[in-house]
Amino acid sequence: MSDDTSPGETQASVGNDGDPPNAPLVDVRDVAVGYGDDPVLTGVSLAVERGEFVGLVGPNGAGKTTLLQAINGIITPSAGTVLVDGTDVHGLSSRAASRRVATVPQDTTVAFDFSVADIVEMGRTPYTGRFGRDTGADAAVERALERTETAQFRNRSVGSLSGGERQRVVLARALAQETPALVLDEPTASLDINHQARTLALVRDLTREGKAALAAIHDLDLAARFCDRLVVLAGGGVRAVGPPAEVLTGERVRATFDTAAAVVPSPVTGAATVTPLLDDSRGGLDRRVHVAGAGNAAARTVAALAAAGATVSVGVVPEGGLATSVAREHGLDPVVASPFEPVDAATEAAARDRFADADVAVIAGSVPPSVHALVRDHPVVVRVTDGTPDSGGPADGTDVNRRADATASPATVVETVERVAGEQVSADD
Amino acid sequence: MSPSVVSRMLEDALKYPLRGEESTATLLIGGGLAIAGLIVTGLGVLLSLVFVGFLALPFALVPGVIVQGYLADVMRHRLRGDPNPPTFEDWPDLFVDGLKMLLGGVVYAIPVVVGVVFFAIVAAVLAYATQASPDTSSLLGFALAAAGTVMQGFFRNPMADPSIVGVSSGAAVGAVATIALGLSLPFGIQGAAFVGALVAAFAVYLVATEDGRTPVATLLLAGVAVQTFLGAVVSYLLLHAGESIEQALFWLMGRLHTATWTDVEATLPVATLCFVVLLAYARDLNVLLLGEEDAHTLGIEVERTKRVLLAVSSVATAAAVAVAGVIGFVGLIVPHMLRLVVGPDHRVLLPTSAIAGGAFLVATDTLARVGPAELPVGIVTAALGAPFFLYLLVTREVHSL
Repeated sequence: MSDDTSPGETQASVGNDGDPPNAPLVDVRDVAVGYGDDPVLTGVSLAVERGEFVGLVGPNGAGKTTLLQAINGIITPSAGTVLVDGTDVHGLSSRAASRRVATVPQDTTVAFDFSVADIVEMGRTPYTGRFGRDTGADAAVERALERTETAQFRNRSVGSLSGGERQRVVLARALAQETPALVLDEPTASLDINHQARTLALVRDLTREGKAALAAIHDLDLAARFCDRLVVLAGGGVRAVGPPAEVLTGERVRATFDTAAAVVPSPVTGAATVTPLLDDSRGGLDRRVHVAGAGNAAARTVAALAAAGATVSVGVVPEGGLATSVAREHGLDPVVASPFEPVDAATEAAARDRFADADVAVIAGSVPPSVHALVRDHPVVVRVTDGTPDSGGPADGTDVNRRADATASPATVVETVERVAGEQVSADD
Repeated sequence: MSPSVVSRMLEDALKYPLRGEESTATLLIGGGLAIAGLIVTGLGVLLSLVFVGFLALPFALVPGVIVQGYLADVMRHRLRGDPNPPTFEDWPDLFVDGLKMLLGGVVYAIPVVVGVVFFAIVAAVLAYATQASPDTSSLLGFALAAAGTVMQGFFRNPMADPSIVGVSSGAAVGAVATIALGLSLPFGIQGAAFVGALVAAFAVYLVATEDGRTPVATLLLAGVAVQTFLGAVVSYLLLHAGESIEQALFWLMGRLHTATWTDVEATLPVATLCFVVLLAYARDLNVLLLGEEDAHTLGIEVERTKRVLLAVSSVATAAAVAVAGVIGFVGLIVPHMLRLVVGPDHRVLLPTSAIAGGAFLVATDTLARVGPAELPVGIVTAALGAPFFLYLLVTREVHSL
C-alpha cells in the first residue's frame, strides 16, 4: 500500500504542495463523455473552489449524473481531464481517488442489513489496508456521526431508518472518507422539505469549513438558496455559470427546461424562486390589459394574464415589490413608484396613458386612492382581490361612463377579463 | 497469518454482540460459559453415544442445553440485575436460552475457537458411530459454504450458490466423460472433474466479460445458459455410458462414502488457501454489497476484486465437487442460516458459515449413512435444502437479480 497516508496528512495536503494555492480544488477541463458512440457531454469545463458549494442544475437527461461520475472516477471521460487537488483522478487508483472525492449517491437503499456504524465505517475503506489497521477510523466515524446527527442511530440497522435518516447516514459515510471534495447526486430527491433544507444547509456548512462541494439538484429554488454558484447543464454542455441570481432568469429557464417560468425572489429568503407556467394556458386572450396594484394579487394577475397571451402593461406598482419582479420577468417595463410615498405627477401621467391604451384596466390588491382615480373614466375595469373583502379598495360612486365593472380573484382574472372585454365589444355594437 | 491478524479477526467478531446492551464483561463470561456448556454437552453426547447409541443423541443434548440456559440466566441475573433468578421449573425457557447461548457462543463470541471445539467433538463422535470420514465431509462442507457465502455476496442475491457460474456442471462433464468413455487420465476422475469445473467457470466468465467489465447479471445468465448446455452434454454421455452408468450416476448424486482422506489430500491445501484469500477480501465484499458504483467511490477496484472473488471461490468449489460429486444446497442454505444469525458482515459471516458448512455436511453425511441403504449425501442435502430454499422464496424478499 504505497499510497497509504494517514487522514491527517491528506487533510494537511489540501491547499499546498506543488499546486498554486488559489487553483480550484475540482477542475474539470474540456471533458467529453459518451456511452458507446453516443456523446452525453462534450466540452464541459467547470471549477469548484475550496469553501464553495456549487449546484449542478439542468433538465432530466442533461448528463448531471454522468458529469458527477466523471468527477468521482466511475466513468472515464473520452476526452479532457478532471483534476482534483491538482491530480488527474483518472490516473489514480480507485483507493487514491476516493481519498480525494467522496460521493453521496442518488440511491441510498442498502439491500443488506448492516448497522449504521458499519455503513459509516465503510467510508474508511480507502484508508484500510488488507491486513493493516486504520488508526484514524474510530475518531473519523465518530466525527461523521456527530456532524450529521446520526450518532443516536449508531446501532440501528440501516434498513430500519427513514429515507431522510438514511440520507444522512450516507452523508456521514462520505464525511468519514475525509476528502477535500464532496460530490452529491440529487441529495434531496427523496426528502421532505425540512430534511431537504437541513441536508443542504449541512453541506453548505461543510464547505464553509474548507470542503469543495458539487451537487446535482433538481429543485431550482433550493439550489438558488443554498449554492454559491450554479452550473446550468443542458444539451450536452454547460449553458451558464454564476451566482444563482444571475444564472436563474425566466429566459434561461425557458431555454434550458423548455417551459415558461416566472423567476422572482422569495419574499422570505430573498433567493430566486422558480415557478413553471404551463404552456397550454397561453395564447387565447387577445386583449390589451393594463394592471396597477401591489403585492401577491398583482403579481399573480400579471403572470396569469401574460401566460394567457394578453398584451400586458403594468403600472403603477411599487418599486422592489413582487409585482414589479414578475412584470420584469415577463419582459414588461412597469411604471414604478416608491412604496409608501405619494405617486408623483410624471409617474401618474405615464400610468394614465397606458390605462387609456388598454382594452381593460385591472386594479389588483390594495392601491392608494390616487391610483383608483386613474381608472375613474376607464370603460372596463376589473378589480382583483386577494379574497379579503377590503383589499379591492373602495368602490367609488363617481363612475360616469363605466360600461363594465367586475371583481375577480387572481385565479379567475383571465376569464373575467375575457368576459368583460367581450361585453364591452357587444355594447359597442 | 500474523498474530495481529488473528487478534483483529477476533476483535471484529467480538464487536457483534457489543452492539446491543451487552458489556464486554458479560460477553467474555458468556463466551466462557458457552465453551464450558459445550464441553459438558459434548461429553454427555459422547457418553450417550458410546453406551447407548446414536438415537440417544437428543436425550443427551436437551439436558445439556437446559443446564447451559440455566447458567446463562444466572449470569444475567447477577450481572444485569434481572429481577427473577432462574428456576429449573421453567425448563422450556431455559432450553431456548441455552440454545441462544450455544449459538451465541459459537457464532458471536469466539467463532473460530468455539467452532473448532464443537466441531472436533462432533467429528470424533460421528467417526466412531458411523465409520464415516468426518474429516473429509467437513473439509468439503467448509469449502462449499465459504464459496457459497462469497457468491451470494458477490451476486447480491440470496439465491446464488457456488456452482452458479457452471462449476458443478463442468465437473460433472469432466467426471462423467472420464467414466463413460473409459478414459484413463493421469489424475483420474477427480482431476478430470476439477479441470472440467474450471474450464466451465472460465468459459462463463469469458462470455460475460466485455471491455474488461463483467456485469453480474450477465454473469448469472451466462452461468444458467452454460449449465443447461453442459446438462445436455452429461445426458448424452450417460446414454453412451453402457456398463459404467451406475458409477456415473453415483458420482452425479454426490458421494462421500467412498471418499477417503487420500482423496482430499489435494483438496486441503487448495481449500485452505482459497479460504484465507477470501477472508482477506471480506471487507471488500461488504463494500461491494452497497453496489458496484458505491464500492468504486469508496476505494474498491471493483472489476479486479470481482475477478479475484470469482476465481478463488470457483477454485474452492471445484476442489470440493471434484472429490465428492455434485453436493447441492450446502453452499446455498448454510450461508443463509448464518446470515440470519450473525448479520451480513463477511468478516464474521465467512468464517462462521464455513465452519457451519463443515458441521452441516458431517451431519447430513451421517444421516445418509444411518438408513438401511446408504444414500448418496447429495440426495440428503437436496432433500433438506430444497424445502428450505422454497421457504426462503416464499417468506423473504428477493432483492435483485
